[in-house]
Amino acid sequence: MGAITLENVVKRFGEAQVIHGVDLEIKDGEFVVFVGPSGCGKSTLLRLIAGLEDVSDGRIVIDGQDATDLPPARRRLAMVFQSYALYPHMSVARNIGFPLKMAGMDKAAIEAKVQGAAKILNLTDYLDRKPGQLSGGQRQRVAIGRAIVREPSAFLFDEPLSNLDAALRVNMRLEISELHQSLATTMIYVTHDQVEAMTMADKIVVLQGGKIEQVGSPLELYRNPRNKFVAGFIGSPAMNMVEGAEAAKAGATTIGVRPEHFVMSHESGQWRGKVGVAEHLGSDTFLHVEVEGVGPVTARATGEFEARHGDTVFLTPEEGRVYRFGPDGLAL
Amino acid sequence: MSRTATPQRKALFTLIGWTIGLVLFFPILWTILTSFKTEVEAVTTPPTFFFFDWTFENYLAVQERSNYFLHAMNSVIISVGSTALGLLIAVPAAWAMAFSPTKRTKDILMWMLSTKMLPPVGVLVPIYLIARDWGVLDTRIALVVVLMMINLPIIVWMLYTYFKEIPGDILEAARMDGASLRQEIVSVLAPMAVPGIASTLLLNIILAWNEAFWTLNLTAAKAAPLTAFIASYSSPEGLFWAKLSAASTMAIAPILVMGWFSQKQLVRGLTFGAVK
Amino acid sequence: MATLHTKAAARAMMSPAVILLLIWMAVPLAMTLYFSFLRYNLLMPGMEEYTGFLNYEFFLTDPAFPIALANTLMLVGGVLLITVVGGVFLAILLDQPFWGQGIVRLLAIAPFFVMPTVSALVWKNMLMHPVNGLFAWIARSFGAEPVDWLSSMPLFSIIIIVAWAWLPFATLIILTALQSLDSDQKEAAEMDGAGPVSIFLHITLPHLARALTVVILIETIFLLSVFAEILVTTSGGPGNASTNIAYLIYTQALLQFDVGTASAGGVVAVILANIVAIFLIRMIGKNLET
Repeated sequence: MGAITLENVVKRFGEAQVIHGVDLEIKDGEFVVFVGPSGCGKSTLLRLIAGLEDVSDGRIVIDGQDATDLPPARRRLAMVFQSYALYPHMSVARNIGFPLKMAGMDKAAIEAKVQGAAKILNLTDYLDRKPGQLSGGQRQRVAIGRAIVREPSAFLFDEPLSNLDAALRVNMRLEISELHQSLATTMIYVTHDQVEAMTMADKIVVLQGGKIEQVGSPLELYRNPRNKFVAGFIGSPAMNMVEGAEAAKAGATTIGVRPEHFVMSHESGQWRGKVGVAEHLGSDTFLHVEVEGVGPVTARATGEFEARHGDTVFLTPEEGRVYRFGPDGLAL
Repeated sequence: MSRTATPQRKALFTLIGWTIGLVLFFPILWTILTSFKTEVEAVTTPPTFFFFDWTFENYLAVQERSNYFLHAMNSVIISVGSTALGLLIAVPAAWAMAFSPTKRTKDILMWMLSTKMLPPVGVLVPIYLIARDWGVLDTRIALVVVLMMINLPIIVWMLYTYFKEIPGDILEAARMDGASLRQEIVSVLAPMAVPGIASTLLLNIILAWNEAFWTLNLTAAKAAPLTAFIASYSSPEGLFWAKLSAASTMAIAPILVMGWFSQKQLVRGLTFGAVK
Repeated sequence: MATLHTKAAARAMMSPAVILLLIWMAVPLAMTLYFSFLRYNLLMPGMEEYTGFLNYEFFLTDPAFPIALANTLMLVGGVLLITVVGGVFLAILLDQPFWGQGIVRLLAIAPFFVMPTVSALVWKNMLMHPVNGLFAWIARSFGAEPVDWLSSMPLFSIIIIVAWAWLPFATLIILTALQSLDSDQKEAAEMDGAGPVSIFLHITLPHLARALTVVILIETIFLLSVFAEILVTTSGGPGNASTNIAYLIYTQALLQFDVGTASAGGVVAVILANIVAIFLIRMIGKNLET
């Protein structure tokens, strides 16, 4: 069980209001990702759910029970912190077993649970080590182990991968996704990395300035961004935003075209421009093009596409893939 | 500075360094040496440095004549007692300031620091009169309390700077894991802060051991710690330098050793965490 | 990290320390203030009466007061000068690689751990004694007349004794700051063509600014109240030649039992300390930020 409902949740720190009335429904077993730029309130929202901060206004309901005023320990939630927050003076086994010890479980049962978690997370050989003797990825796994032994109704992850190097991050991303498949427990995951959001989430919550911009599945957000912010935030490299005459032609204040939605050509096309930088990744080629009358545009071409600094190229936005935004930034 | 010094340069600095080090240490060395001389030898001219008849008689004499161990005991009880009591009060306070700071926390810390700027003579008269009226003049308990109070700001500050270095995440994790406030402090914070608590303890024992304003003014004979006991040698009658040296050596030796062990942490404590 | 629950707990856990310190500071200070307006001598109990500012008048017009004030400032200034300059020099020396560095470091910081009464007596008797002291012997071996340090230059002698105890403190703090200086910075400056002197002036010294201000602040707090060293060496004499404010108040209170005047003196000392503290805090204000 792990259904969580936020009703008009508001958080103020003194004068400053950081969360402006958030309503959100999280279903049992869902993998929900809170994503947004730093300072958007995503971590605060997670901490409100965890009970590490008081809600200034509104309600938090966990499994049908009003949890707004419950202390963190009584919410049946487990959290994996960005810094892992392992207890440095305890062995891996004691770290993982700590919540069970706090719950007053007997030694043998703790031991069995710790062994079980260690097996799932490949930590069996490290149980006697201290966190200081582990690599970043292993520490991450210990933190997850400490969370899963409690069999919580939901897991909270606060940017858990941001301290890992790039290769490890991809691995851990997979491991967390697999863990979610096998446990089928609700997970709420905070990140500023839209790639993590896109790859892991059942449901993405895009936040900005303490407000929810849009909620939806990764592809929904990709296909139908509600406004310029979501359009620019989801997708990598970011969507090209064009204003002025070209936008007016489409009857909008701003038009957006994703880099992958251009037809590229050396001969002819709708827009003509000069290549500034060409990044050849092998699989793809990213071109940074100064388009006449439009401005700088990033475009993706096939890996084989030949282009160098100073070349002239032609770009044609794909039919039906041009997003139109009104003066208020909302999609038309 | 990855380049290695030339041997000549190193030799030069060795010479200068040792000379200055020995000059600074000389008064202490001289005291230790004198403590092993006879009273006659202690005042001979020219003075003897190493080649004299080494004797332990002064150490025995100090105890016989003046009940040295009573005063040493007083020093131990007063310094350890005041520090332990101070820690008991300061640990919760430092926890609150480090992990649950409010807008006023900085102000409270600065205010605590400012109480250290209050010159003791400003409150000498009332403290003396209160101690007299309550009948605690020349008692250990009075000094334990007074020294605890004068060192409390330092204890709070030191613990605060050590606690600040412990990531709040870990305490939050403990809270999520179901630890109560007491469990959080006892089984998570305290073990992690052991080095900090230990150096706070050490520094404050040193400070209390050497405190020489209140110990001189609030004690006479019974509760006098070593600071006051040594001061009694300043009376002009007779030159008991060897015995003075023996008493002094015993009074400073334990603290010197503790100080040497804690020199790194000392800086942080003495500067209220401003220099680490 | 802040829920109502933890905030309430924090307040409860902070209050013993805050309340105790508040009492410790406010009650005696209020009493001092109150006594300072009374004619109150312990030898004449029951004769207390309100006298207005008479005690202040006595204390401030006492010929000993300006001397004590000057001595206090000389003592603080002299010791600060010796310890700060000497401390920088010693710290740089101890930062150089040489054989036995660790031991020399231990030797150099040792004086800080010597209790004031011991250091005062050791210097007074075994070093500065005009007949049997080591300095006298050194002077005589050079054919010079031995100096009676504590009678002919009492304040200077006390400055030397106190500075000896505080030099290690300054050295230790400056050394710690020195060792926290990023060597990249020095190397970058060397690459930019800076010589050792410009590196010291433009890199090292600014880096030490914070440590130096801390040394000055903390030493000043302690040095304003130097007491034991004076008590056991000169007892403030000859005359008032080595009496500072702290010692002057002590003589009023516990030797002459004049609680009223001593309290007035205490109030004056508190005001003086506050002036120094405000001055210092303003001076170092930006240095102690963060």
